[in-house]
Parts: sequence; C-alpha cells; structure tokens
Amino acid sequence: MTEQGVRWTAEQVLALAPDDASRKAGGKLGGAGPWSQTGGSASGAVWGLCKGSGKTPYRTVVDLTGPAYKCSCPSRKFPCKHALGLLLLWAAEGVGDPAPEPEWAGEWLAERAAKAARPAVAKPVDEEAARKRAERRAARIGAGVTELEQRLLDLLRGGLAGQEQAGYGAWEETAARMVDAQAPGLASRVRELATIPGCGPGWPARMLEEFALLHLLDQAWLGVSGLPEQLAATVRTRVGLAPSAEGEAVRDHWLVLSQYDSVSPDGRLITRRIWLRGLAGGRPALVLDFGPPGRPPGLALPVGLVLEAEVRFRPGSAGLRADLGERCAAAVPGGRAPVGVSAEAALEAYGAALREDPWLESWPVVLGPVVPVPGEWGWQLADLEGTSALPVPLAGPGGRSRSGLWQLAAVSGGGPVTVFGEVGHRGFTPLTAWQPDSPEPVALV
Amino acid sequence: METAGAERTGRTAHEGHAGQQGQEAYADWDGLVGAALLGTERRRGGSPRALLDEAAVQTLRRRAGLRPAQAQERPEPAPRDPRPEPPEAARRRFTQLLAGRGAGGSGGRRGAAPDLTELLPQWLAAAVRHGYRAPAALAPALLDAAKARTDLRPHALALAGSRGLWLARLNPDWRFALRGGAAGTPELPGPEDREGVERLWQEGLFAERVALLGAVRAHDPAAATALLTTTWTAERAEDRLMFLDSLRVGLSDLDEPFLEAALGDRSRNVRATAAELLSALTGSALAGRMAERALACVGPEGIDPPTECDAGMLRDGVVKRPPAGRGERAWWLGQLVEAAPLSRWRERFGGLDPAAIVALPVGDGWAEELHAAWCRAAVRQRDPQWSKALLGSASAPPAAGPGTASLAERAKLLSVLPDGERAEWVAEFVRAHGLSEAFQLLGVCVVPWAGALGLAVVDALDAARQAGSYPWSFSGVMGLAERCLDPADASRLEALTRAPGDTVEVSPGAAAYWEEAFQRLASTLHLRATMLAELTPPS
Repeated sequence: MTEQGVRWTAEQVLALAPDDASRKAGGKLGGAGPWSQTGGSASGAVWGLCKGSGKTPYRTVVDLTGPAYKCSCPSRKFPCKHALGLLLLWAAEGVGDPAPEPEWAGEWLAERAAKAARPAVAKPVDEEAARKRAERRAARIGAGVTELEQRLLDLLRGGLAGQEQAGYGAWEETAARMVDAQAPGLASRVRELATIPGCGPGWPARMLEEFALLHLLDQAWLGVSGLPEQLAATVRTRVGLAPSAEGEAVRDHWLVLSQYDSVSPDGRLITRRIWLRGLAGGRPALVLDFGPPGRPPGLALPVGLVLEAEVRFRPGSAGLRADLGERCAAAVPGGRAPVGVSAEAALEAYGAALREDPWLESWPVVLGPVVPVPGEWGWQLADLEGTSALPVPLAGPGGRSRSGLWQLAAVSGGGPVTVFGEVGHRGFTPLTAWQPDSPEPVALV
Repeated sequence: METAGAERTGRTAHEGHAGQQGQEAYADWDGLVGAALLGTERRRGGSPRALLDEAAVQTLRRRAGLRPAQAQERPEPAPRDPRPEPPEAARRRFTQLLAGRGAGGSGGRRGAAPDLTELLPQWLAAAVRHGYRAPAALAPALLDAAKARTDLRPHALALAGSRGLWLARLNPDWRFALRGGAAGTPELPGPEDREGVERLWQEGLFAERVALLGAVRAHDPAAATALLTTTWTAERAEDRLMFLDSLRVGLSDLDEPFLEAALGDRSRNVRATAAELLSALTGSALAGRMAERALACVGPEGIDPPTECDAGMLRDGVVKRPPAGRGERAWWLGQLVEAAPLSRWRERFGGLDPAAIVALPVGDGWAEELHAAWCRAAVRQRDPQWSKALLGSASAPPAAGPGTASLAERAKLLSVLPDGERAEWVAEFVRAHGLSEAFQLLGVCVVPWAGALGLAVVDALDAARQAGSYPWSFSGVMGLAERCLDPADASRLEALTRAPGDTVEVSPGAAAYWEEAFQRLASTLHLRATMLAELTPPS
C-alpha cells in the first residue's frame, strides 16, 4: 500500500465522533460529492477542501498519527463533521498516492511536528506541600481501609448467608465511604461485591474470594511501607492512587493486538483498552484511554498495525499499564500473525503474573493453535489433540459478546486458529483471531 | 507463591469458571466457604480474621495453580470452500454495508448521505455473480442480516456457502439457512439415492420433504410426482396444498396426469390449485374443457355467460359461490375465460390478432369482466403478445386502457413482457403521466434501468422540482432510483444538483431539499459504481 498507512474502517472513524449528530453530519460528508483537492502524505496526514454553504470551502486537515484535527469551519465540536467526513472518505476510497501537502495544511502540520519535538517543560513543584498533601491523603485512606476491614470482619462473624437478601444499598453506602476516603479503587471493588449474590449458584465462594482479596489489599495498604517497591506500587494503584514515579520507557515496534471499549455501569464513562506487544522485546502493554461523558476516547489504533514508538510503563500492576509516548512514524500493517502458546502455558503466565499483582483478573496471551468449541453449557478453546482446553466466560465481567464468539467460530470453521485474549481465573476471553494462512487479524467485536 | 500444592488438587480452569466444587481435595476451601456462610461465631472458634487470611492464601493458590479443563467434543470441521474471497476493497465495503444495515431509518430519508441499506442486496448479488465466497469473519453478520431480511436470503446463503451452513447447524438462530432448499442443503440425499430419498420422504420434516421434492423434481420430474403419489392420500390437506404449490416451479405437461387426479381431491383448495396449474398448461385436457365452455360464452356475436355451474365445471375447479357484491354469471364467466388458453380466441374471432380482439367493443357492460379475465389468463400463461395488447398504449390515460386501470394488474402484465419492451413501456408511461403513479410499474423493471427509462425518471424528477413539489412526495421513487438507476446516469444528476436558483420559488425551501435529494441520489450512484468496480476481479 502506498497510501497513508492502513486505512481505517468507517466504524473506527465514526468512533471518534463527539456525538450522534456529528456522526450523522459526518456521514453525509463521507462521499466524494462536496470534496475537492483531497490528498494525503506518506507521514500520515490527509486533507481536503469541503464545500459548505458559504462561498469559500472549508479547509480540513487530519493528522492520523494523533489523531489531531484542524478545520477552518466555525464548529466547536471536535472533531467537526468535516474532519469526520474527510476521514470517512479516506476510509472508504482513499485519497490517492502520497503527495506534498498544500501550504495551508503544511503550516499546521509543521507546527505540530515542532511542538512534538519540543520537550515538555516541567513545572517547578513545591515538594514540601506535595508531601503534606500525600500524607493527608494516606491518612484518610488508612481510616477508610480500617473501616472496610471492620465491616468485612463483622459480616463474616454473622455469616454471608443473609447477603442474598441484603440488596445493593448497604454496599453502595460503603462504596460511598471509600470515595470519601479518597480510595476509588476500593470503592469500585466494594461496588462489585453487591452484584455477586445475584450471579447464581456458587456465589458464596465467589464472595469469599472477593472478601479475601479485599482483605489482602487492606492489609497490604496498612503495611505498604514494608513492601518491596514494585508490590507497594501495585498496592497504591489498586487502592486508587495515581502512580508517583515515572516508569520504565521501552522503545520497540508495537503490534496492536486488540482495541475494545467498555462502558461504565452508569453509562457515563467509556474506557478504551488497547493491547500492544513489543515485536522485539515480546513485552505486553495495556494502554487505556477514556472518553468523558458522551464522548468516545480519542486514541484509535486499528488491530494489526505496528507502530514504532516509545511506551512508558507505569510502576506496579505486573508491569502491564503503559502510556504511549512519542511515535516515530505512521503505523504500518503487521505482516504476520503472532505465535501462540498452549493452554497450559497461558495459565502459567497468569499464575506467574499473580506474584507481582495478586489482584490481577487476567493476563494477555496469544493462544494457539486452538479450535473453538461452541457448547450448550459454554464455549471452549481446545488444543489440537482435543485433550485440554480453556473455557470462555460467556457472561459477567470480561465476558465477550456472543457475536464475537460466533465470529471466532466462523473464522475457525472447526479448524485451528491463533487467538489473542485475556486469560484469568474465569477462563479465556478471546479478542482477536488469526486464520492459519493469513496475517490479517480479525477483531472479535 | 507456591503453586504445586494447588496443582495437586487438579483444579481446572473449567471448574473455576463454573464454580463447581465438592470433591474431597477441596475440603479446605469448601470448609472456608461453609464457615463464611454460617458465620465464624457458629464455627471456627470465632476468628473472622483468621478465616480471611486463610481464604486469601487459598484464593491465590487456586488462581495461580489453575490447570486446563478437559476438552469437549469438537464440531466436525467445515468443508473447504474453494471460491476466492472478494478483493480487499470489496471486503471493506462489505463490512461497512453490513454494519450500516439498520443504522438508517431514523429521521426519515432526508439528507444527502447515501442509503447503504439498499446497496447491500446489490453487493451480494454482484459478489455471487463473480463467484466469491463471504469472508469467514463476516459470515455471522451476513447470516444475521439474512435472518432479518428474507429478501437477502438466497444471495446471502449462496455467498456464505458451506461455512454458513456449518455455522447454522451450530447456532439455532440461523436454522433458517438449513431450510434453504435450492440454496444448498447438503443433508438432502442425492436424487439418485433411492433409499435415502425414500427414507427422508417418509421420515423428514415438512420443510425437508419440500426441499427433497424440489431436488428430485429438478433431476427427474416424473420421479417427483411418483414420490408424491406414494403418500398422497395420507397427507394432511394443508400439506397437500403446499406440495402442489411447489409444483409451480418447472411445471410441465408431464405433471398433467397427477394434477388431473388431484381434481378429485377431498379438499376444495387442493382442487382449485390443481385446476389453476392445469389451466396454465395450455395443452392440458382441463384447459381444453375450459376453452370449450368459454368459447361458447364469448364470441364476435356477443357475450352470453353461463346460466349454471354444473358438476363438470365444479370438478374443473370453478368456484360456485361469488364473493359478496358480484353476480353469479359474471363470476363464472370470469373463471372460464381466465382458464381458457388464449391461443383459442384467434379462431373464435375470425383470425384477428390479440390487439384487434381486445379493441373490439363488448356489449352489455361485460367489457370489464372479460378484459380482467384475459389479463389474469395472460399472466398465468405468460403470454407477452396478449399482455402487450391488454396493456395498450402507455401514454393513454390508465382508465382508457383496454385491459385494466389497476396498477398492480398492469405491473403483473408488464412482468410478462421481454425486458426491453417492459422498460420502454414504463418510460413512455412516466413521460406521459409523471411519477406519482409509476412506483409499482418501475418495480418490475430490470436493474439497472435501461437508458431511456432512467432518462425518463430523472426528467420527471426534474419536472416535479420545477413544478414546486417537495422531494419527499417522491421518496418511494427516489429510493427505487437509488437502487436501480444506471451509475452512468450520475453525471446527469450532478448537473441537476447545481441547478441555477433563478427560478421563482413556488414552495418555500423546496430548492434546497431537491438539491440535497439529487446529491444523495448522485452520491449513491457514485458509491454503487465504486462498489461494483471493487468487486470486479483483478484481471
């Protein structure tokens, strides 16, 4: 392909729209009709003139590596409908071979490049004030942790048997207390507890597991100063503190293994999870991006692309969480499917990761070759010998949509495939699949 | 963390998932859960903290020591589909079209964006024509689309091929694909496998038996009717009716003995259907009998409808009691004429051709009855000459036509004409009467519309714009045009989207709406052209 990297799909473009109205308006501009002088550069920018209601057409540029947008229209929406329309046009038909950009687009692109090259100037910090603030917060969290611990112990003293009837109210109140204690990580774990009695047989065991892990987190926090640095960082993150230290930066060619969104229970926050893997180092990385209420996350990395970039890992949490740093070039297609491991090895990897982060729900692995086995009671991914398998969770946190599973079955046709996904104590959640003879990944939506 | 201990317990990922416990080896964990349920006050000597400490260790041991589950039985692998996948650009388009289905609709058909829903059927048809198979990953979405829209099914199932059927056997949501009949049901025995055919015919579900009948019939028509005869008297009346109905496909003179026998059926509906099928076989004995009766009533000397419905007429499927509001004699006459071979009228009217016969004056107000019956006969016997005669001139006012003023009837007559004549007739109709009446007639024309027809439609739209109408008065035709206009007509439309605004605005805002509507039409055509080009195999 000689164009601006791999073209996105229309869904990827539309996922950027700030609201439904923009999505529709952008859709209308996604045909060749209103556009003229469209073009794109090899470094990953597209531009064009869009005829509006006025005499002069709007000038629209998109830097695909951001993505970042610039348009001469007066809209305050971001990206505006013209940028969306231009991206849709590019996604559907492309804008031809790379060409030098027109002057009006070039200025903005050059400005962006210059800004990216300038190192950010760190603000001077009042270390003393920061230390005091941290101490105050630690004290509040400590009080919250002690209170939570007390509540767990009280409940166990009387027995969990009544929890089926207890309802959400009591847990919601405890969660609110944890928010007051500035421990959002604890708050969300507590909220999860309320849902467990409703999830069918086996709930007491699951409840005890969650109690036990909360208890472990409480105890770890109370003794955090005595823990090794990595584990202490994990505990702080799990409780809900932002990382204090800069993490390790790794430069590599990163293959995008998966990208998917989930919506918070109240529907207000969209979380986008992007899984990367270093092609040289083999290290997995999880990049999160958030969309504020009513807006999808801005970062969009199509599955199968490889980007040369620096990835900065946050301390703790088994070294998974990472932030995408400076990108060196436009992303290119990956070229081949990754090599998978056995079910056994996948579970071992999860087990090993638990040492660094006992609260870890799952670990990213490429599994394969495996055969998806649809079943009345649940799905499995079985090895080629047909002996061992990983179950696929159908519902609950981490459960994938049924349509994604059927896509997986369709891709396999009863034969072996390579699958990327998250393996954990609930089973294996498939996210991306590769057919045996194709380098092209299939994102399981 | 020590994992070996947990490994010895042999706990598997599957059990973890399903939450099953209860074997001896888990006694420890089960004991913990039991204590937690009952409360430590009643068990374990009252230390909830010790319980939590222990549970934390156990939980992590369980998680860290997970083992793979026992594999279930795997499905049979899908047969290989040797057809190629569509080229990359076409695959992207397909993904987009499948995702776009159902997205439209809200807010009516306004705006300049193309309507993707209507392009999906054309994409499917073109892809089948080129011999592609659906990309495997898209097969589920394709089956879902076909589930929702029955009109998509034949092409969707052809495209999904063996992979689609393999999926349909696993997912009850897609069962419809297995009933596909001609679209491919590999479970059907081959028509030459006599034993297999016999067994399925005796034991199969109704849908399977219909499919089997079709398959055997395609191979050997006589064998199919022979098969039917073996169980005919034991079938339920409604099933007999459905089997009979399936004979419409590939109806031939070979079917006459069977149909003739069915004229004596217990069920009136079966008798009527058998008679109808026999009358479509213009050489059949029944057609001959009906001709005798009809020719006795209608001739150059005038019309003399039957005065009674005798036993012979009843046996030949004539329904005795007219619907409310119609006279008995007219009702009988209509049925006789409808079932009589049209070829017999020439000699009866002294060698006149159909157009001349149709043009003859009919006395005593029988004209409407007679012409309507001839229309039904022309459609049933697929007779283009008579259809043309009954349609008359496209430019004359519909009510003045010889056959029928009903657009539905005329559409049926048109469907009998050869493609070119059909398009020409409808083009002339549109030029004379505009678009408001043309919707049904346009629907029977071959896609893409022939040049003259496309031109007539675009001109009529332009005329409607100049007359000050609003585009949504023509939304039906607009939708059809998006599906049916030849992409080559797009340039003409683009000229219209830039129509000068110097005309006096008869209706407020109409010009802008028209511009938008034409733009959408043009961009849909453009998209259709691109879409079809993408599907063309690289040569």
